[in-house]
Amino acid sequence: MQTFTVVTGKVAPMMDANIDTDVIMPKQFLKGIDRQNLDRGLFFDLRLLSDGQPNPEFILNRPPWRDSAFMVVGPNFGCGSSREHAVWGLQQTGIRALIGTSFAGIFADNCQRNGVLLICLTPEQVAEVAAVAAQPHHNTVSIDLSLQQIQLDDGRTIGFQLDERNRQALMKGLDAIGVTMEYEGEIREFEEQYRERNLWVQIPRPEN
Amino acid sequence: MACAKTLYRKLIDSHTVRELDDQGNVLLYIDRSILNEYTSPQAFSGLREKNRKAWRPESVLLNVDHVNPTRPVRDNKMTDPGGQLQVDYFRENSRDFGIELFDVLDTRQGIEHVVAPEQGFILPGMVIAAGDSHTTTYGALGAFGFGIGTSEIEHFLATQTLVYKRLKTMRVKVIGKLGSSVTAKDIIMLLIQKIGASGATGFAIEFTGPVITQLSVEGRMTICNMAVEAGARGAFMAPDEKVYHYLQDKPRAPKGEMWELALQSWQNLSTDEGAEFDREVELNCDTLEPMVTWGISPDQADNISGKLPDPVNEKDPQKRLAQEKALAYMALKPGMRLTDIQISHAFIGSCTNGRIEDLRLAAEVLKGKKIASHVRGMIIPGSTLVRQQAEQEGLAKIFIDAGFEWRQSGCSMCLAMNEDVLEPGDRCASSTNRNFAGRQGAGSRTHLMSPAMVAAAAIAGHLTDVRSINGGEQ
Repeated sequence: MQTFTVVTGKVAPMMDANIDTDVIMPKQFLKGIDRQNLDRGLFFDLRLLSDGQPNPEFILNRPPWRDSAFMVVGPNFGCGSSREHAVWGLQQTGIRALIGTSFAGIFADNCQRNGVLLICLTPEQVAEVAAVAAQPHHNTVSIDLSLQQIQLDDGRTIGFQLDERNRQALMKGLDAIGVTMEYEGEIREFEEQYRERNLWVQIPRPEN
Repeated sequence: MACAKTLYRKLIDSHTVRELDDQGNVLLYIDRSILNEYTSPQAFSGLREKNRKAWRPESVLLNVDHVNPTRPVRDNKMTDPGGQLQVDYFRENSRDFGIELFDVLDTRQGIEHVVAPEQGFILPGMVIAAGDSHTTTYGALGAFGFGIGTSEIEHFLATQTLVYKRLKTMRVKVIGKLGSSVTAKDIIMLLIQKIGASGATGFAIEFTGPVITQLSVEGRMTICNMAVEAGARGAFMAPDEKVYHYLQDKPRAPKGEMWELALQSWQNLSTDEGAEFDREVELNCDTLEPMVTWGISPDQADNISGKLPDPVNEKDPQKRLAQEKALAYMALKPGMRLTDIQISHAFIGSCTNGRIEDLRLAAEVLKGKKIASHVRGMIIPGSTLVRQQAEQEGLAKIFIDAGFEWRQSGCSMCLAMNEDVLEPGDRCASSTNRNFAGRQGAGSRTHLMSPAMVAAAAIAGHLTDVRSINGGEQ
């Protein structure tokens, strides 16, 4: 997993509420068995016109925002399907962090597991970042995860909070399975006692 | 007072291997999972890369449901190379990791959230995590189910646990009396409309109250299934006699002495008197009518007797923008009556409403009637067993006589990952769970409603109150 400490880049606004994972990664890009080339699918129906040409209206197609490292988004971003492909697509497009008031639960976990930082702010703070993001020439921000701070182009800063466990994992790029496997003995002990207490959960596989 | 626990805390605490910090993060033991062919491949590849095994292969079922065709005569060939690749890799993973697979031709196959309860694979008190957001369905059985992404599937397969942060709790008390032809689907649509598409984000919902108690287990599943559309990462109900009756004799439910032991341990599965919730919501069903969505978010919904909103009247700028966007996408005019919306397609199925009871309700409306000539109607049973039962009960004949296509089971046109896809501009009355832009096909338009309401719309050719077809009586 890519680590996150201090990242500086442009921030693109996408303030619609309830942007769902079907929109972020449409169904035709879900037919693979690997994680490759999902940047091609990101926001596909918004990014391209029906003739396949780039949609000049779409924010990530426009020159100052084309190479954004961050997006500031509307409430409930990432709702809908559990598809992690949406996060892989964002990551492969170079998006390192999303800033908004609320994110859907599964999407948030998927981001965390792939090193994409989610920053939750108040509606007023999000509006402040969105105003900066909308300016074509002053939309560079710097996000410092060790200080938990966003620095805007004009020097203003906005602090944010992150679950400490998540923050450490993002900063160190930890392998979550590897970390959990350090508790392997405890899991086995728990499992044994749990199954002893609940004998009925042990169901033999029926014959076909 | 510290002793009074919510059912949520009981379910989580009984599965906590260890607390990981003082922020509510725990290592959570997962009893079971059921995986599909499209969110699991990269998880298995991850295990292979690190040379890891599945911790407890018998705690998992693999089940093909998203990409399989629903052609009336079932065969083993996927419609497209990508779907075939996923199913082939699924079979390889089943063999290599020793996990049981319900393949396309297996009679126990279907949509995972229909199949798992049908098999008795999900039992009260269990914690289930699976790679599909509608895993919340299992809460109807007094289990705690939640959706996870692919990386977490890999984590679960390798360790039988997940790193989990405890949620806040919301109690939704459902009171009043359900009118005729008003169903579980309308109750959950009312909740989503009331609290919004992110109203339960960060919460686990416990549903209580006399209306919930009176609902069938299948109706309760519809409610828990769709609670995720309000943002809930889990929704559940205390199990009762109806649940036990539903589970008894299911293939994988405990038998004999084990059944008795299970019943004993399930007695404790309810919220203690005095336990506190972070949020309380009350829904009164006395005035509830059948509901439909008009927009592109599940909370853009109204009673069927209502009219479309006019964004001019909306004070909140964000909501106004969302309404304008939805009306433009749906090609609808502010202020028009919902019953004036013409449809081209009618779809009955999905993990929300593809169970036998849903088909019975639709058949009741369709019996002896014909669907409008300009409407293409499809019925996709939630599982092969549901399909067989519907044929035995004579429902299939009612559907076919009414002009519906009677097809094989699968997720099908709920998310359109197989060949069942709407064209741009098609407008569908749908018993599914998501009306997102393009959900049933790029440029397609979806109106969510109960199966009975879909059947009524198919007959009328436009959205309509099912009670006008049923004559207001049942």
